Amino acid sequence: MARSTFAESGADLRLDGITKRFPGFTAIEGLDLSIAAGSFFALLGPSGCGKTTTLRLIAGLEEPTAGRILLGGKDVTSTKPYQRPVNTVFQSYALFPHMSVLENVAFGLKRRGFKDATAKAHEALRLVELDHVAQRRPAQLSGGQQQRVALARAVVNRPALLLLDEPLGALDLKLRRQMQLELKTIQGEVGLTFLHVTHDQEEAMTMADTVAVMNKGRIEQLGAPEELYELPRTAFVANFLGNSNLFTGEVVSADGDTIVVDVGGRRLAVPRVRAQRHAGEVTIGVRPEKLVLLPDEPTPQTGRNVLGPGRVIDASFSGVSTQYQVAVPGIGIVAVFAQNLGFGPVMQEGAEVWLTWSVDHGFGLSDSPEPPATSAGDDVDTSALALQRRERLQAELEEA
Amino acid sequence: MRGLGRYALAAYSVIALVFLFIPIAYTVAFSFNDSRRSNIVWRGFTLDNWTSVCQAQGVCEAFGNSILIGVVATVLATAMGTAIAIALVRYRFRFRAATTLLLFLPMATPEVVLGAGLAAEFLTAGVPKGIGTIILAHTMFCISFVVVTVRARVAGLDPALEEAGRDLYASPSQVWWRVTFPLLLPGIVAAAMLSFALSFDDFIITNFNSGAETTFPKYIYTAAARGIPAEANVIASAVFLLALVIVVTAQLGRAARKRRMARS
Amino acid sequence: MAFGAFLQAPAPGVAAAADPAPRRRSKVALLLLLPGVLYLAVFFLAPLVSLVMTSFQEPVEFGDIGQYQTAFRWENYLAVVETYAPHIFRSFSYAALATALALVFSYPLAYFIGVKLRQAPFLQSLALVLVVAPFFISFLLRTLAWKQMFADEGWLVGALQTVQLLPDGAHLTGTPFSVVFGLTYNFIPFMTLPIYASLERLDLRYLEAADDLYAKRSTAFWRITIPLSLPGIVSGTLLTFIPAAGDYINASRDFLGSTETAMVGNVIEANFLVLQNYPAAASLSILLMAAILVLVSAYVVRSGTKDLL
Repeated sequence: MARSTFAESGADLRLDGITKRFPGFTAIEGLDLSIAAGSFFALLGPSGCGKTTTLRLIAGLEEPTAGRILLGGKDVTSTKPYQRPVNTVFQSYALFPHMSVLENVAFGLKRRGFKDATAKAHEALRLVELDHVAQRRPAQLSGGQQQRVALARAVVNRPALLLLDEPLGALDLKLRRQMQLELKTIQGEVGLTFLHVTHDQEEAMTMADTVAVMNKGRIEQLGAPEELYELPRTAFVANFLGNSNLFTGEVVSADGDTIVVDVGGRRLAVPRVRAQRHAGEVTIGVRPEKLVLLPDEPTPQTGRNVLGPGRVIDASFSGVSTQYQVAVPGIGIVAVFAQNLGFGPVMQEGAEVWLTWSVDHGFGLSDSPEPPATSAGDDVDTSALALQRRERLQAELEEA
Repeated sequence: MRGLGRYALAAYSVIALVFLFIPIAYTVAFSFNDSRRSNIVWRGFTLDNWTSVCQAQGVCEAFGNSILIGVVATVLATAMGTAIAIALVRYRFRFRAATTLLLFLPMATPEVVLGAGLAAEFLTAGVPKGIGTIILAHTMFCISFVVVTVRARVAGLDPALEEAGRDLYASPSQVWWRVTFPLLLPGIVAAAMLSFALSFDDFIITNFNSGAETTFPKYIYTAAARGIPAEANVIASAVFLLALVIVVTAQLGRAARKRRMARS
Repeated sequence: MAFGAFLQAPAPGVAAAADPAPRRRSKVALLLLLPGVLYLAVFFLAPLVSLVMTSFQEPVEFGDIGQYQTAFRWENYLAVVETYAPHIFRSFSYAALATALALVFSYPLAYFIGVKLRQAPFLQSLALVLVVAPFFISFLLRTLAWKQMFADEGWLVGALQTVQLLPDGAHLTGTPFSVVFGLTYNFIPFMTLPIYASLERLDLRYLEAADDLYAKRSTAFWRITIPLSLPGIVSGTLLTFIPAAGDYINASRDFLGSTETAMVGNVIEANFLVLQNYPAAASLSILLMAAILVLVSAYVVRSGTKDLL
């Protein structure tokens, strides 16, 4: 890497069959990934999914067991971190406690031999509106200020690729929102390639152009945020990115534009183009906010799926919306998010209801949810589980 | 009852601290005693002992030896101990448990055993005793204390700081000198001060390995039978005051920093 | 001060375990470890071996004093135990007594500094400096100061005799009392500092919780404060007991002791440096070290704090 020069613009990144093994476990297995120059890319996944390891590999802090890392077309797999035009905003910020804010920001430039390191550092601090604390020690700043200093310290080097390791995790909600906007603005201003690692789905979706959902060392699905949300391809994505109602059953007909699945004796349709598999046992799903609750049985209508009757077992009011848990015999618990267009919840607990949604809103997955995962994800509370069990017991007793 | 209990504890603590201070005050006071040969009975105040410390035979040589030994042993022990501390925290290696045990044992061994063991080894190997053997002995028992002191500091050092250094274009040696070393420095200084204090005040191990050479504690031990000259008190008092100034300054600085941090 | 660091040192491997990425390049580790470990092997382990060898040696026939040859005379051990049993017993009983006294002396003081003085950082710092102050002045001079205060012609003996606490003609110096007193005094900071270090970190909300859960103040003290400061107590007792058991300054005739109070340290010194009976000195050293190691490991295991190191 040439000294005393900045990267002209963001560079594209390519990971080629990256595998990283630690003694005792494999963090990443055969990972392929391309990130276009100048984009804001988010790597989203639960803790332990390998996203931080991926980031460390790109930064050069770890060496891959196999595979290649290409930055702007150049192979950087075996170069040291200080030789890569990549900078990181660390999760803990990792500001040097024994240096002033200004010295922190100028650190990288000085190592690269820039004559005007201090002036550039001041400039970067002005960008994050912290030039007035340039002489302070990091410990004297608030969490949000430290985060901005860490950002300035990385951005000032104009790296071809900026890595963000959950830098907003330590901030409170309000500050986080503000920082998200600021990050987006800065990215627009400096035009770098950003790679953001996070476990916060909302953060990933609001900030990134492209989101990759990672699980167990593999990328489950990659795409624009809306695409990932509206058309998840795996049970993991369907439940990690928001909530989903998932139903598993046999395909009974696959003619025309829709496939029809038999779920507990009811027929549910999904558009053929939105389904990954078209035969055998498949899992289909729909987002809870796409469902409509009705007090009476609706007249059958093409283009709409109907479930019912079911019973409202829980209604939790959360201001903007109300979240209902509806127990449908033979199906299980179905979650519904209804906007509060009137005052308060529309349905009371214990009410008999029908559920309906547009066939176009459904999606078909390429896999099935793992056994312990329940169809409504995290939202099944213990009372719902207890109710489920009671229903099952009653059913068994009736059979006996 | 509660209030009384609290005052009782405070009063006890004050008395206890005064009690700890009695022999110090006694030693300092007798550095001003107008004594002739033996410094046991108070004969009146004088500054003569302070103005002509080196008059008592051998006391300044012994003191000089102690400083020399202390400095060399401290440098050696601090260098080796710091390296071990870093290795223990930052690296995994085989025989880790054995290494830890090896470091713990010298601290759990009575000094008389350490001293006699080294003396037996020097005897067997035919090494003549002197300043060199004293330095070897002191370095040995200081290493463990350095390791424990510095290790706490290394363990408290966020590895992300060094990674940040590497990420920000610093070569490995620049990372060490600009990030790691300055951050470990307080721990290393504390370890060096402890080392020097241990070496300077050691008598038992020294006694076994010094041969005809004298250190300050050995001088006092030898002189104890016939009476300690007041000049020895002068040197001890001066060292005491110096150490006190250093420690008080450090403590005040720390307390002030704490307050400043709390305010901002 | 720095002794606190000894006790606050984390358990081995804690920091490493927190980091899931195992560290690379053991070559660097080896380079870092080698000088110090080799040094300890040559100047700590080898001397112990040498001590064991010496302890089995026998005198050279028709040789001079201090001339010995390699042998396997395990009877040396029997001989020293027979001759010096009282000294061995004295060493351990004096050391145990001094440790107990130092604990009783130190705990309230450490509690006051570590808990009650928390709101006054400057006073706390001052008190800590006073606790470590004895370290800054020669150990030997401090002990001699007590000797002179305890002297027969001193005011203390006179005063005690006047109020009939001490019979006429009795001494303070050269008695088990003065030796145990000296041992206690000299090792008090080793006891106070670790206890202070553990009490200073004691979260007072535990005591409030105990209060909330109907514990009397004394119950809270015995059930909460003492168990939570146990690591400090264990470190303190070890740091006091080990050097006290091997000490020979306090018990020496020129300091606070007499021939009736001589401890193992004194006879090791005398045999090695004066009588040049190296095998006797060596076998006594080995016995002392073995006894201390057995006692210490039993104590550490019993008190359940293995993470001393």
